[in-house]
Amino acid sequence: MNLLIKGGRVIDPSQNIDDTLDVLVVEGKIRELGKGLKAPSGIETIDAAGLIVTPGLIDMHVHLREPGLEYKEDIISGTRAAAAGGFTSVVCMPNTKPVNDNKAITAYIVSKAKAEALVNVFPVGAITQGSKGESLAEMGELKEAGCVAVSDDGRPVVNGELMRRALEYAKGMGIMVISHSEELSLVGEGVMNEGFTATELGLKGIPWAAEDVAVARDVYLAEFTNSPVHIAHISTKGSVRIIRDAKARGVKVTCETAPHYFSLTDDAVRGYNTNAKMNPPLREADHVAAIKAGLAAGTIDVIATDHAPHHLDEKDVEFNVALNGIIGLETSVPLSLKLVEEKVIELPVLVEKMSSNPAKILGIDRGTLQVGVAADITVIDPNREWVVEPEKLASKSKNSPFIGMRMKGAAVYTIVGGKVVYKRG
Amino acid sequence: MGFKHKDIIGLQDLTAEEIELLLNTAENLKEINSRDIKKVPTLRGKTVVNLFYEASTRTRTSFEIAAKRLSADTINITASTSSVVKGETLSDTARNILAMKPDIIVMRHAASGAHHYLAQRVSCSVINAGDGAHEHPSQGLLDMLTMRQKFGKLAGLKVAIVGDITHSRVARSDIYGLSKMGANVFLAGPPTMMPPGVERLGNVTVCKDMREAVEGADVVMMLRIQLERQGKTLLPTLKEYSRYYGLNNNVLQLAGKDAIVMHPGPINRGVELCSHVADGAQSHILKQVENGVAVRMSMLYHVSGGELTAE
Repeated sequence: MNLLIKGGRVIDPSQNIDDTLDVLVVEGKIRELGKGLKAPSGIETIDAAGLIVTPGLIDMHVHLREPGLEYKEDIISGTRAAAAGGFTSVVCMPNTKPVNDNKAITAYIVSKAKAEALVNVFPVGAITQGSKGESLAEMGELKEAGCVAVSDDGRPVVNGELMRRALEYAKGMGIMVISHSEELSLVGEGVMNEGFTATELGLKGIPWAAEDVAVARDVYLAEFTNSPVHIAHISTKGSVRIIRDAKARGVKVTCETAPHYFSLTDDAVRGYNTNAKMNPPLREADHVAAIKAGLAAGTIDVIATDHAPHHLDEKDVEFNVALNGIIGLETSVPLSLKLVEEKVIELPVLVEKMSSNPAKILGIDRGTLQVGVAADITVIDPNREWVVEPEKLASKSKNSPFIGMRMKGAAVYTIVGGKVVYKRG
Repeated sequence: MGFKHKDIIGLQDLTAEEIELLLNTAENLKEINSRDIKKVPTLRGKTVVNLFYEASTRTRTSFEIAAKRLSADTINITASTSSVVKGETLSDTARNILAMKPDIIVMRHAASGAHHYLAQRVSCSVINAGDGAHEHPSQGLLDMLTMRQKFGKLAGLKVAIVGDITHSRVARSDIYGLSKMGANVFLAGPPTMMPPGVERLGNVTVCKDMREAVEGADVVMMLRIQLERQGKTLLPTLKEYSRYYGLNNNVLQLAGKDAIVMHPGPINRGVELCSHVADGAQSHILKQVENGVAVRMSMLYHVSGGELTAE
């Protein structure tokens, strides 16, 4: 697993590098970064002129659906989609069947990933047993078995006292809590964002306040308990403001948003498009603008896809009964690169949000090209144009609102531990 | 001009000319309903499936009578008797019905957008008999026909619609239809039942109280308060609702001299409408029901693509 990547624009925010450099990989590890590096004889060489070379991208919010829901996705197909999207690591959520709330399930995922996965898989355990929101899961054992965080993703921890204790207890175990922050009583039977589009379509709305109220609670609990918390998939103006203000007063809060929250408005639901149905829902233009501003200001630390594969039978139904969620791994790079094209953020900042920041938040030794670390590298062609075609997606599921759309930018090499796991033809 | 649509999903999709055509045809067909032998052969040999996923007496009966008077064969399928209870999806139900080669499916469904979904998957015509809180085009048309009969025109009319706008497919179809025909719609109701951005749906003014909407109105349309839906958090009590948003003779006096009172039914007497008004001289509620048959005949006729033959 030796490799020389020549002449690319190497961007590594963890070392403040943004320069045209060669990257030498020996025995699966970064050996050297420099100009005009001599290739040892017989070594595989990648000509990266005109391409971007970054620490392997990390998607810290993915649903691999294994165990139990393999008809939607599994560790092989999900990590193949990750590799095709340029991700060398994925962080998989625990809402599997059964829920990953104990070390046996975690161990199963870890061993399955070790045997079959194309990229690194870091599991997330549940906050509460069965993600039922009643009593805490065994976070210590989950961590020992390989979990890098805990979350009841898909559902919030409704009980405030339990959330408080989860934050305190997790701090003791040194494991991050990722919160799906949503006030369910305000969501009610809502199926899309509450606003003009919902009025026109006659669909029950979910007010933005359902997210803001819950984010505020979780931020205050983090402040009160002096514990870190990471807020998943934020989509509203209010979430950005609450988190910005909390960060300013020193609360240990981080957060992520997903590409669809800065790429689409709730207009995408028109025509009762179930591939534009997810939770939290797509919002109106002022919220999209606020999410972009939050990315630019550094309030939003991470871009994560919330890759949520669902079978066609779960989406090819009336809008109100369709399941929530869309796939995201294979469209994240071009959608995020658009932020650079629109001058919302600079390229190194984007790399930070897709690589070094998630690594830092979760405490995993990735997201860097430092000499000596595992050679997880993504090589991106920012100008490659392509069309999202369902039959070409590696994911088992095709539930994407971007189907048929033209994309600009793609990962052309995905390298995990010095091994090319994906090469775009 | 002809009618170009395969389906009628909502009045939002139709032009003023198309609405006018549907109303004119309904007016012509109405005469059949007062004949001794109430039947013409226009749709002979056509099969109309009434697929009702939601309880309905009035609309289903009205569509059935309309189809029968045009000599179509009609079949009624209701959710309680069909394989819906066995967990069949809408897509599969549609495919199975389609295999029996109907010409028109008239559907009512609790899910907004269900007709959109169905129409994209079947080759026969789809007529929306009400989808969730989205549209109820036959109701919108019969409302407009009733208004037009009274006032001779729709343009310039002031129409007050009072009640739960958020959950009302009737309100949406009325707003789209009336706006296209040049009428002005004034909405009133508790803010808990007023959906965001509703004024952008057409010629709509949202009023701060019911009196403002009714004042000088030509038409006062009262919507049914659905106890089962709105009971929980949107209202304190029906008594209070009735006091502030119910139509009684005192409030009705604010309307124009010739104003008419309408209601899509079924009425909650003593809630949104007091009996004096419901049964009073200005009430056109039964007229609406009567017009319902003619309007549905017109819809069935036009989606069948036929030309009106002189008789």
